[in-house]
Amino acid sequence: MMDLHGYGWMLWEGAVMTLVVAVLAMTLGCVLGLVGAVAKLSVRSGLRRAADLYTTVVRGVPELVLILLVYYGVPTVAQDLAETWGEPVVFDLDPFIAGVLTLGFIYGAFATEVFRGAFLSVPRGQIEAASSLGMRPGLAFRKILFPQMLRYALPGLGNVWLVLLKATALVSVIQLEDLMRKAQIAAGATREPFTFYFSASLLFLGLTVVSLYAIRRGERWAERGLR
Amino acid sequence: MAVIVGHLGQFASGLVLTVEVTLLSLAAGLLLAVPVALLREARHPALWIPAYGYTFYFRGTPLLVQLFLCYYGAGQFRDQLEAAGLWVWFREPYFCALLTLALNTGAYTAEIFRGGIRGVPRGEIEAARACGMSGILLYRRIVLPKAFRLALPAYSNEVVFLLQSTSLVSIITLMDLTGVARVLIARTFMVYEIFIFIGALYLALTYFVLWVFRCVEWRLSAHMRQAPEA
Repeated sequence: MMDLHGYGWMLWEGAVMTLVVAVLAMTLGCVLGLVGAVAKLSVRSGLRRAADLYTTVVRGVPELVLILLVYYGVPTVAQDLAETWGEPVVFDLDPFIAGVLTLGFIYGAFATEVFRGAFLSVPRGQIEAASSLGMRPGLAFRKILFPQMLRYALPGLGNVWLVLLKATALVSVIQLEDLMRKAQIAAGATREPFTFYFSASLLFLGLTVVSLYAIRRGERWAERGLR
Repeated sequence: MAVIVGHLGQFASGLVLTVEVTLLSLAAGLLLAVPVALLREARHPALWIPAYGYTFYFRGTPLLVQLFLCYYGAGQFRDQLEAAGLWVWFREPYFCALLTLALNTGAYTAEIFRGGIRGVPRGEIEAARACGMSGILLYRRIVLPKAFRLALPAYSNEVVFLLQSTSLVSIITLMDLTGVARVLIARTFMVYEIFIFIGALYLALTYFVLWVFRCVEWRLSAHMRQAPEA
């Protein structure tokens, strides 16, 4: 077994932080993804174009650049704006908030595509049947379209989650105390970088394995009554 | 704007490094992926288990950890690496970046190819066998070309992901597009101007890659299209 020199707990705390960031970012991403998908399928061309712009830009720019842009760029913009209005302020973005917001924003674009595909997979007849029963569009969405869409979205969302989990390692670049950052600190203090980065990678692997298992369970649950 | 125009040379060299790292690791990853995908489909456990372990580890851990493991982690074995004459390689961030990116994209590409190999219709393999092809000839003439074609759309996504992942090499001090941007920002404090500029460059590169793949797919699907009117 590897000797962690008493830094094991620190890595564990980091793993918890990584998980918290990932869960919050995934929640935000799902909300943005739903909004984006509804906008993409909307009849209004303005909404469609805005959602297209969102997914095109976010998926074409590296995550690292977006994280750095938000963390260092947003305070600068705010300060520059405040200065032109004659109210100089000092504004700093918390790395936790910046990390969660940016990751949620990025993976919202991926979730948009997943939800869009899932909405399109629900057979048209279902909506027609709902409206022929006299359901209003809002009710049909809530009772018919949305629950059925979730089943088609689940495998795609599982993939988004697996990629997002690994992308959280990037928030260590903006000094957030996640698993990666804790491993960095421990590696620096003990001069055993391999030991700690390898342990961190095993923790990430563990998170991935647990996620894979949960996703498989979730998919089986969503498909109950279909076989 | 003056910042960007004044440092166009540096941005250009960063762009060249980004493209260079992408292309080299892509080529190495591709060379690695084909045998790994074939091993993964092998029946003997001594063949498929190592291939499975490799793809599982590299797909289940973040690229950043892999980069640090190679670049900083190698330092822990400096004496052994020096004895083996490998230290001159592992102390270079450029070598570590290429090695890690190649291993990483190789694992993803191997899984994509495996999907392609599995997608080859059984009937085509049976037909080839009926014609007397076996083993290497069957794979060279029928299975691999067909698998490449089937894997192409998924592979184009992997190329885009790799292109974007190369921005991480700036963290181990390489002067790629992101690295150049970070140095210039530290010097000029023009944060969002510079990041938005390189973001646009990445965006353009991404859509260029996707366009190239669309052209290739168009050429390769000639037999599926209708003949032009004579």
